[in-house]
Parts: sequence; C-alpha cells; structure tokens
Amino acid sequence: MTYLRAVGLVAAKDLKTELRSREQAVTLLFFALLVLVVFNFAFDFTIIDFVTFGAGILWVSFIFAGVLAISRSFQIEREQDRIQGILLAPVDRSAFYLGKVAASILFMSAVEAIVLPLSVLMFNYRFGPRIGLALLVLILNTIGFAAVGTLFACMTTQTRRGELLLPLLLFPAAVPISLAAVKATGHILAGRPFERYASWIALSCAYDIIFLAAAVLLFDYALDD
Amino acid sequence: MPDASRSRYLPQQALLLLVAVLFPVCLYVVFAVAPTEQKMGVVQRIFYFHVPSALSAFLGVTLCAAASAIYLWKRDRRFDLVAHASAELAVLFCTIVLVTGPIWARPVWGVWWTGEARLTSTLVLWLIFAGYLVLRGSAENADQAARWGAIVAVVGFLDLPIIYKSVEWWRGLHPKVLKASGGQGLDPTMEKTLLLCTLTFFLLFGYLLMERCRLGRLQDEVEALVHAARRTGAAAGRRSP
Repeated sequence: MTYLRAVGLVAAKDLKTELRSREQAVTLLFFALLVLVVFNFAFDFTIIDFVTFGAGILWVSFIFAGVLAISRSFQIEREQDRIQGILLAPVDRSAFYLGKVAASILFMSAVEAIVLPLSVLMFNYRFGPRIGLALLVLILNTIGFAAVGTLFACMTTQTRRGELLLPLLLFPAAVPISLAAVKATGHILAGRPFERYASWIALSCAYDIIFLAAAVLLFDYALDD
Repeated sequence: MPDASRSRYLPQQALLLLVAVLFPVCLYVVFAVAPTEQKMGVVQRIFYFHVPSALSAFLGVTLCAAASAIYLWKRDRRFDLVAHASAELAVLFCTIVLVTGPIWARPVWGVWWTGEARLTSTLVLWLIFAGYLVLRGSAENADQAARWGAIVAVVGFLDLPIIYKSVEWWRGLHPKVLKASGGQGLDPTMEKTLLLCTLTFFLLFGYLLMERCRLGRLQDEVEALVHAARRTGAAAGRRSP
C-alpha cells in the first residue's frame, strides 16, 4: 500500500509542479499543434484523403511531443539535484520510476486530448462510433512509449547531450509501438472491422507489460548509488 | 610477469593465424569452387559474406545481452568488457550486412533498399546498438557506462523479436515478390561454402572479441596507473612546499 502511495505521490508532485508553473503544457501543446500545421503544409489535403495519412500524422505529433515531455520530466529532477531528495525516501526506487511513468502518461494524454479534437476540425475527418477503440489504442501505446522513454530518460538526462540522446535511443526501441499505433489508428479511421487490427492491439499490450516489468527490474541500475 | 601475459596471449595468436589462413581459402572457394547462381549470376556470391556477417552480428547481440544481464547480476567488470566488445562487433558486422545487402539487392531486386521485414529490423537493430555505443560514450565513468550499456542491451534484446514481428505484420499486409530470398534448396557446394565462410567469420569474431577485451583490460590498467600516479603526485606536491 505504501508502495502505491509512493507512486501516486511522485506523480502528484509532478502534476502539482506543472499546474503551478504551466511551462510544459503550453510548450508541448503548441509543439504538437505545430507538427500538425507543418503536415498541413507538406501535404495538400484537398487532394489527399486524411484517412490514408492521418494516423501517421497524428502519431508523429504525439511521439515528438512525448519525447519532449519525458525528457523534461527528468531534467526537472536534475535541476538543483532534486532527485537526491526523492531517492533518500525509504521506498523501492521502482516506485519513483512508476510515478514518473504515470506523470508522463498524464502529460502525453493531456496533449493528445487537445490535439485530437483540434485535428478533427483541421483535417475534417471523423472517428465515428469507434472513438472508444481509438482511445484504447491511444492509451495503450502512450503507456508503452512512456515506459521505455522514462527508463532511458533517467540515463540520458545525466549526460550533457541528453535531449539529443533520448530520441536516438527511444525511437528505435519504440518501433513496435509506433507501428502498432499508426496501423491500429489507421484501421479505425478507415472504419475497418476489429479483427483486422486486434493483433496490433495485442502487440501493444504485450509491449507495455514486457517493458514495464523489465524497466521496474532495471531502473535501479540506471541511477547512481 | 611478461611470460605469463605472453602465454595468455597464445590462443589469440593461434586464432589470428587460423583466420589468416582461412580467409584466402574462403575467397578461393567463393570465387572458384562454388557454382555461379543461374538467375542472379556472379553477384549472388556476396551471399557468402552477407549471411556470415548477419550471423556474426546476431551472435554479437546475443552475447552482449547475455554478458550484460550477468554483469548486472554479478557486477563483475569482465562481463562488461565482453558486453562492450560484443556490441562493437555487432555494430561492425551489422554495418557489413547493411552494405553488402543493397549491393546484392540493386541488380537482383532492382532497388537498393525496400521496406521489407528483415531489412527494416536489421536497420533498427543497428540503430539500437549504435545508440548503445553513443550512450556509453556519453557516460561520465566506467561504472555508469557499464550499467547504462547493460540496460540498453537487455531492453534492446527483449525488443528484437517484437520489432521483427511488428515489421513483419506491417509488410505482411502487402505481400510482395521478395519471399524468394529464403535459403531452401541450396546447392550442396553452395551450402558447404556458406558453412566454411560462417566458420571463418565466427573465428574472426572470436579473435576480435578477445583482442577487444584485452584492450579493455589494458585501458583499465592504464587508467588505474594514471589515477595512482596522480594521487602520489598530489601527495608529493602537498609535501614539497
């Protein structure tokens, strides 16, 4: 119980910091929207159907914003060595990891919750009755991305070229997530039957479980003693 | 002491000699003994370097992940040396795979590169282990590099089957004519040539691995000596004024 409480406290701390400073949310949101705008210029959507490219465009925006969110989440801890204070607490260090993952998932979800409706307006498409499934795909892949990203960010932010290093490690490792997310979202946008993309959803679930478990075991080694 | 280190160095020298003899033999067998493939022609012979390199790269990755896991468990520096050396060799052989592949693909498939499952997952594998080396290079000290490298190696190794599966599904939905790249019904002479080349590449891998580990040990020794010299130097400096 104290373990879960520690996880909650770490996540709540990040949320509280963010609610007070509001520096991340605004930047992330504008960045994600900007990616959509760039795509809007890059492709002529009066000719191209959004259904064909939409899933890829949405996920490029979410994943780029996600890398920034995860990277920032650990930079905050490095400033003034705040991380030392947390690590001195008498709980398992994996609780700190899971708390950070939870906070990153919340930040990414917040961006997605705003960008998704705006993209509907911008690109003039509709999810139809499958919006529930779309949300499931969104959250499953956000979890996987945050799970691996948080583990890597803990290491990369300790280096001088952290912001450059995180995408270098995270993007290749998150290939299954990007593929599963784009494919499943694409099938949902095209209104295809569930059987066509059920295996992608299963893959995302497997990825989430495997890497959350692996990261909980490995996280301790990412920190200096 | 020099005698002891020389006798430890003996297996490496033997291995080097064996590789030096076997490589010309390989070249001879590949170009003079193995039959020319009927449809692809001479360019097919790159296969005898491409496939052994790929197998060596997978050997490197597997060895790296195994040594990394053991390192995290035992915290023995020797396993980290093996892991680091294996990762470097994996990147090296994977680079050879990624270079020889397109050279073969251009005349046979008509394109240098295509988003096929094996190609894409090999590229991702290369990216992960190149990232491994960059991360190690960015670490502040040997202990940090060892721990971080081990984490990336274990995560990357767990990721490989999932990456392969996902890329396979991704392209699996668009069937293409590329399935003919399989090795079924290989001519017996070709098969023997491939086996010989694979053996030679594995021996080369073994030699390079041992040399790289030795280099790592020497680096450690030099660092320890420099450290010790600085400390005595600093102590002497404090005493003299």
